[in-house]
Amino acid sequence: MNLLSLFRRQNSAPVARDRLQVLLAHERAFVGRSDLLAVLQEEIIAVIAKHVTIDREKVHIKLDRGDSVSTLEIDVEVPSLMGASAVHAR
Amino acid sequence: MATVLVVTSGKGGVGKTTSTAALGAALAQNGQTVVVVDFDVGLRNLDLVMGAERRVVFDLINVVQGDAKLAQALIRDKRIETLSLLPASQTRDKDALTEEGVTRVIAELREKFDWVICDSPAGIERGATLAMRHADAAVVVTNPEVSSVRDSDRIIGMLDSKTLKAEKGERIDKHLLLTRYDAGRASRGEMLKTEDVLEILSIPLLGIIPESEEVLRSSNLGSPVTISNPNSVPAKAYFEAARRLRGETVVVTVPAERRGFMGRLFGRRAVA
Repeated sequence: MNLLSLFRRQNSAPVARDRLQVLLAHERAFVGRSDLLAVLQEEIIAVIAKHVTIDREKVHIKLDRGDSVSTLEIDVEVPSLMGASAVHAR
Repeated sequence: MATVLVVTSGKGGVGKTTSTAALGAALAQNGQTVVVVDFDVGLRNLDLVMGAERRVVFDLINVVQGDAKLAQALIRDKRIETLSLLPASQTRDKDALTEEGVTRVIAELREKFDWVICDSPAGIERGATLAMRHADAAVVVTNPEVSSVRDSDRIIGMLDSKTLKAEKGERIDKHLLLTRYDAGRASRGEMLKTEDVLEILSIPLLGIIPESEEVLRSSNLGSPVTISNPNSVPAKAYFEAARRLRGETVVVTVPAERRGFMGRLFGRRAVA
């Protein structure tokens, strides 16, 4: 710690404001929707299953909360369409 | 027509009871008929802050359960005749409050008073939801501090979903009352500014109550600050807030405690 930093402590109010803004943006979107991920997973599986046969175990959903954007990652393993049409052809 | 006002915050210790007493008194001092109702069953304190703790015979639970008539439980203030108190029970728990009973009592109070001010308990449980249930308007008491702002945001969400008005698709008027504000610390960047809190919570500002020794003094004395020291800075801020509640347009000023040089040297902050 140098002598200057004794006198120049960083203001904490802007930090408080920024932390609150990020936190509340998330809480407002997700309050009462703690099951949101489960609901999304079910609906996404249902939509894909209408068109292709999928293995429920091979669907992975992940949510990442960032400062300005959040990402929802959906990873679905679909059986090879080439393979499927080959089976059909036989 | 009566207005039912809930004073709420989510977080405890931010000044709900102090503000209920001061706003209720300020409205009554200007000729309105006012009842302040303590919903903090089991942990009542509005009677103490109002200086009526030795006059409690019957309480809200007695009236809710039909063991006493409303008129028997209401305590008329000795200083301001248009101000009354309906105390909470100290011995029962919140489960003694029934939805039907509260509905009946609030309807009866609406007949008798211009303002029915419900002092909500902290938290988001039964006591707090019943206190806001019948409200036409809400005062959200917030300190310029992260945990208080977060809890206020949660309470605003509940006001917009769990009140009768919200369920009927109507709007409940929400007002922000910023308490324990220190203008000096805010300007030095050590405390959230009024604009910060307003931007985050986005509800209109009812008033700013400064951190002040007068507030602790008034609760020590059992007298709302607008009665104990009407010319003090916090009392003036409460008087202005009360005028805004009545729909008047009063410019919000940031109140600051004036302290002399000696005061600054030896002054101590009130701790509440």
